[in-house]
Formats: sequence, structure tokens, C-alpha cells
Amino acid sequence: MSILGVSGLTKRFGQADVLRGLDLEVAPGERIAILGASGSGKSTLLRCLNFMEMPDSGTVTLDGKIVGRRESELIQVRQRIGMVFQQFNLFPHMTAIGNVMEGLRTVRRFPKAEAQARAEKELARVGLADKAASYPAHLSGGQKQRVAIARALAMEPELMLFDEPTSALDPELVGEVLGVIRTLADEGRTMLLVTHELGFAYHVATRVIFLADGVIHEEGTPDQVLVHPTKERTRAFLASHKEYSLQG
Amino acid sequence: MHKWDFASVFANTDALLAGAAGTLRIFALCLVLGLSLGLIVGLGRTSRSRWLYWPASAFVEFFRNTPVLVQILWFYFALPMLLPFQIGPLAAAALGISLNSAAFSAEIFRGGIQSIDPGQWDGARAIGMGWGQAMRRIILPQALKRMTPALTNRAIEIFKMSTLASAVAYVELLQQGKLIASLNFNPIEAYTAIAVIFFVFLWPLVQMTYFLERRLKRDE
Ligand SMILES: Nc1ncnc2c1ncn2[C@@H]1O[C@H](COP(=O)(O)OP(=O)(O)OP(=O)(O)O)[C@@H](O)[C@H]1O
Ligand SMILES: [Mg+2]
Repeated sequence: MSILGVSGLTKRFGQADVLRGLDLEVAPGERIAILGASGSGKSTLLRCLNFMEMPDSGTVTLDGKIVGRRESELIQVRQRIGMVFQQFNLFPHMTAIGNVMEGLRTVRRFPKAEAQARAEKELARVGLADKAASYPAHLSGGQKQRVAIARALAMEPELMLFDEPTSALDPELVGEVLGVIRTLADEGRTMLLVTHELGFAYHVATRVIFLADGVIHEEGTPDQVLVHPTKERTRAFLASHKEYSLQG
Repeated sequence: MHKWDFASVFANTDALLAGAAGTLRIFALCLVLGLSLGLIVGLGRTSRSRWLYWPASAFVEFFRNTPVLVQILWFYFALPMLLPFQIGPLAAAALGISLNSAAFSAEIFRGGIQSIDPGQWDGARAIGMGWGQAMRRIILPQALKRMTPALTNRAIEIFKMSTLASAVAYVELLQQGKLIASLNFNPIEAYTAIAVIFFVFLWPLVQMTYFLERRLKRDE
């Protein structure tokens, strides 16, 4: 039984057909790394899963139930799917713990003490217990992203979406964020991760999918897709990617 | 050479105090009405629904492009001929000034809200916030901070516009100045005194906007 199902998903922006009938089934505990060229629709796919973008057609199924289009239902769904962004999107006018408590207080209507206790626990989990009172402006990129992860975890999501969580970070800060994601993986959490960190994808993902032309072009185990790709475009992508990372 | 005679003005302290009270009353009324209506209209101007966007835009265009004085006179003299009720000087003046301030502050609110990084909306919606929660908890607090200097400027404009209420004989400072001048034949002293009183009220407000602007620059 899959926790998340996507069927016939399409999305276009103006003239651009970004997703063209994409199908995907995610089983509980799966960790799916999503690869694809820039502009291939990786972010659009993730954003359609929690309806931050409205798909044009197709269905998204969560726990066997098709998600409708009423705003109240979408709000419920977004609470069950955590999302972490490339640019963190922390709330700059709130402290680290304020950021983590915000969803609990405003959305879940937790009493303050309870929200605080949960938020402290989540901050400790990402190793930032001592930064609870800091504002985002006083945190490093890696710390910001870890707060953002704690903010998403506080809602106790059944599924996590990561959209290039380390792409905006200085290289020396990438490790601490990947370390946190790794811990979540070891806890058996279900996650979809868009990343250019091929090494991380290789070691942590249970499945790798390569997006092209608005559909899944190739998928399989990390070894199948990253080491022995069968499709020409996947090979070209991996080659250009390796070349790029050597230069970088 | 004119022989200055301010004693003839200060002999009317009671009238001036009544005028100051009237000015403050209309200022407070228009500040609250103008800015709250401005927020609502400004939110309409950021809406993607044309049922909200178009009425809000029509409101802004109409009230930005008609003089406040004309509106006040219209509410005072023309509206009662169209509708079966009288409208007092305070209501007419407050309506005119508030609607005009709403139109201008709506544009401040719209600009402030749209200046916030769309990623803030993403962050808020991703944890399950609805539009209202995101606006109230995430977007507006950040936007308001950026808008404070512009909104303080609006408040200063409202304070000065309050003198237009004298056109419908509402008892505020300018109206009282006119009265004192005509009773004592001392327009020079009377109007000078009124100008100075306004300066005393407004100078601290203007200093505050300078301070806020500086602090904002430093923060960003
Ligand atoms: N809100 C939008 N409005 C218009 N076009 C959009 C919008 N969002 C995405 N697009 C377009 O859709 C295409 C896919 O974008 P998307 O961000 O999903 O790609 P991506 O695979 O995540 O790329 P990257 O690796 O650069 O993040 C791009 O051509 C982009 O310009
Ligand atoms: Mg992207």
C-alpha cells in the first residue's frame, strides 16, 4: 500500500508543459532522490504534491485517499507533508524556536507550553537547542536550514519533501544539513529529495528517479540509475554533472 | 510697519483649545478609518480575484484623482439632497479625508505586502497556514515594519488635511483662527498663531519619521 500516489499529473506554465502525465507511487519508508536538468520540473513536481502549485490535471493520493481541491482539505494535506526549501524561507521576524512553534500555535492551536516543549525537542533533534532564542539573521546558512527542517518536523508530517536543501549553502555547511537528513532517513521516514548531491543520493536513497520531458525518464535503485544508467539522457546528465562538480 | 499684537490671539485661548480638540478628534477619526479602510482596499489590490481587484482599483483611482475639498463639500451639500438624511460637518469632513487617505494608504499597503519575498508565503503555506493566518502572522508584520515611514507620512498628511474641515465650518484650529481673525481684525497674528500651533504638533511627528527611516536603513 503506498503512502503517496501520483497519477497522470500535468502542469503547464503559459506555453511551457512542465509535467506531462507523471505517475509515481511512494511506499512508506521509501527515500526517493529526484534528479533532472535545471528547468525539468523537479520543484514543480514537489510543489504539486502538497498543492503549493495546483496541478492542471491528474490525481494525488495520500494514504489511499484522493486529495480534493477544496482549500480546507489542501490545508490539512500540507500539514501532513513537510516541505523544506532551497532558500530556507524562515520567518525573519521570529526566533528559531518561534519559527518552529509557529505552525503548532497558529495552525494546530497548541497551548504555548506544549508548543514550546515540542519545538525544543525538534530543535534539539537538529542540534540547535542552544540557538532557540536566535533570530535567523544571526544564524549560518546551515543552521537556518536545520531550523527549517525542525519547523517542518514539528508538524509531525507523514512524508517530507526536500527541494535542493543544500544548494544555497557554502560547501563547508552542506555536511551538517545532510547529516540531519541522514538521521531522518535512518529513522525510517518517507522522503522525496531533489538534490544534486549524487553521492548522498547514492548512499541514502532507496530509489532514484530521473525527470525529463515532464515524466519519469528513468528510475531504479541508486546503483541502477547512478552507476549503470540505461538511457542516453540519464548518462548525459550524469556526465555533465560530474564534469561540473569537478570544475566546481 | 505692522505692530504685532499676539495678546489679542491669546485672549481667545478657550477658542483655540476647542479648535485643537476638534483637530485632534478629526485627526484620530480619519487616521483610524483611513488606515483600516486602506488596509482592506490594499488587500483587495493584491488579490488575484477580479471581484476584489477591480472594485479596489476603482476605489483607489477615484479617490486619488478627486480633490479632498470637493469630496467634503459634496458629502456636506450634495449628499443630503440625494439621500433622506442630514450629514454633519464632522461626518462630511471625516468621510472626505478618510476616503482619500484610504486610497493613498491602500497603495502603501499593497506595495508593502508585495515587497515581501514570495518564499515567505511558501514557508507559511507549507506548514498548513491559510491565507488569513499567513497574512496576519507572517506577511503583514514584516510588511508593516517596512511601511512605517510611509504610513507616518500619511498620518502627517491627514493631520494637515484636517484644516479642510473648516470649509464646512467644523470647529478645528483653522476654523477658530478664522473666527478670531474676523472678530479681532488681527489676521496676521491669528493665522501666524495657527501655523505655529500646527508646527508644534507636527514637528515631533516628522522627526519620528526621520528616525524610523534611519532605523529601517540600518536594519536592512
Ligand atoms: N510560477 C511559475 N510561473 C511560470 N513558470 C514557472 C513557474 N514555476 C516554474 N516555472 C517554469 O517551469 C519550468 C520548471 O521549473 P522548476 O522550478 O520545476 O524546475 P527545476 O527542475 O526545479 O529546476 P532547478 O533545477 O533550476 O530548480 C521552468 O522552465 C520554470 O521556468
Ligand atoms: Mg527547482
